[in-house]
Amino acid sequence: MQRRVLYWIIHYALIALYLLFALFPLFWLVKVALTPNELLYSEGIRLWPSRASLEHFSFVLTHSDFPLFFRNSLIVSSATAAVATLLSSACGYALSRFHFRGKTLLVALMLITQMFPLVMLIAPMFRLLVPLGLVNSLTGLIIVYTAFNSPFATFLMQSFFDAIPRELEEAAMIDGATRFGAFCRIILPLTLPGLAATAGFVFTAAWSELLFALMLNSSAQASTFPVGLLSFVSKFSVDFGQMMAAGVLALLPACLFFLLIQRYLVRGLTAGAVKG
Amino acid sequence: MGAYPDEGQAEPEVNARGRRLVSAAEPYFYAAPVLLLILAVMLVPLAVGLSYAFRDLLLLDPSGGHFIGFDHFQELADDPIFRDSLLNTVVWTGASVALQFVLGLILALLLNREFPGRRLVQALVFLPWAVPTFLVGLDWAWLFNPVVGPLPHWLFALHLTHDANNLLADPHWALVGPIVAAVWWGIPFFAITTLAALQSIPQDLYEAAAIDGAGVLEQFRSITLPLLAPTLAITILLRTIWVANFADLIVVMTNGGPADSTQTVASYIFTSAFRRLDFGYASAIATVLLLLLLLYALAILTLRRAMLLRHT
Repeated sequence: MQRRVLYWIIHYALIALYLLFALFPLFWLVKVALTPNELLYSEGIRLWPSRASLEHFSFVLTHSDFPLFFRNSLIVSSATAAVATLLSSACGYALSRFHFRGKTLLVALMLITQMFPLVMLIAPMFRLLVPLGLVNSLTGLIIVYTAFNSPFATFLMQSFFDAIPRELEEAAMIDGATRFGAFCRIILPLTLPGLAATAGFVFTAAWSELLFALMLNSSAQASTFPVGLLSFVSKFSVDFGQMMAAGVLALLPACLFFLLIQRYLVRGLTAGAVKG
Repeated sequence: MGAYPDEGQAEPEVNARGRRLVSAAEPYFYAAPVLLLILAVMLVPLAVGLSYAFRDLLLLDPSGGHFIGFDHFQELADDPIFRDSLLNTVVWTGASVALQFVLGLILALLLNREFPGRRLVQALVFLPWAVPTFLVGLDWAWLFNPVVGPLPHWLFALHLTHDANNLLADPHWALVGPIVAAVWWGIPFFAITTLAALQSIPQDLYEAAAIDGAGVLEQFRSITLPLLAPTLAITILLRTIWVANFADLIVVMTNGGPADSTQTVASYIFTSAFRRLDFGYASAIATVLLLLLLLYALAILTLRRAMLLRHT
């Protein structure tokens, strides 16, 4: 009995430590964002400032380029999520329902794209995109991100299709529908949660991407949020409150989508890992 | 032999040819957009990038672009930054993956027991995974900054450091910063995958073991670990490659500095291309990294085969 009690004390103590470790950095981000400038240095490491204010948020929202960066990121991430999910659901459907010549090769190519260092594409990508006018353009980033995310999204969609019995489209095809018609009208609506989860994963990935955005979209007009925040850091390295307020704003959409995809985390994290 | 629908349902002989042709081509229509996209945006640039490794390609020097053979690789062999970056890559990858794995495993074991409030705890401890990586880097860089962050003062108060200066500015210890950030961000990944594997272990195994008088530790050693091992092995291998390739945190937190002391091979590729605009040299480093990763994968496969042979 005593050992049981001891076990649960240790159990809860460890859980508390994990919670502290996971949440403290986020708490600190919010805390500094809410600390007015005149208190920032005098109360530097206090756990909570003696006066909290939203002045950094209102400054960032009205007097900086962040609304523009936010808009750019939103456009790029939403378009990437929509296009990648659409194309990947078609490809995932092919992998789930057909055997065809070259299927193994296709899967192998997609796995290779998940293994090699993407950072080695930065130089050739830049040189190939300049003559096409796709540098400093949101369209360019959308194309690049869609390609980066579609192999993973394909594997994820395939796992959702695998869970749907094939009798459904067979029945529709016996009733005279084409396979494509059955795919659009019966299978896709049934995988709506899967489509949403896939779109959520892709959105989060596109929202977080930094290195390619830094190299390809350096002009302020076409900067995404990560690039804007990082150049803000190097330009005005003193105003911590404003930077952290901007950081909190960047966190919001990511957390929103995290809530959306939480149920599918396991599937998303293991998609592609066990294939091949 | 072309494509055939999976279900193997007998086609009526009558309208055979036309219908069969269409259905043979059908999977290719579904797969073509993704295939074309990854060919055009990833695999072709990959090949082009490999060719850059053998050319003198500086972005701001239009007269360059000539074939120079293995000059870049010779330069690499004498480049002290590159040599340090190899060692840093091993330290960075090894420490990040090991700590993420051990802490993730413990967390998964804790969450595998039912207790009040478990779902809420789970959502909260997994939250770091949702934070965009550039923000993870910035957040931890701020925490290590003595002006706004508490960490230097705490470390000093615990006598772990000699002064309350920024750890990220110390060439000997700066790599610790990105590693801590990577561990914070990556624990949920291992915890989630391990938890899924744990929950797929049938409960009656434990019940049977308990009846036979096995204690908790004995159950863990003889049931949990062996059944978990295959999943964990694959996850660790894939994660190792991913972390070795992952440059964001280092670029954001230290930019490879101070004095290039925290460059990993992946971050060195990025800074060579982005800061020095030396595309040829960056591609040469990338080629070496690709070869090293191939060697790593081959070594793992050979090891696996050896272990399988030993067991039979």
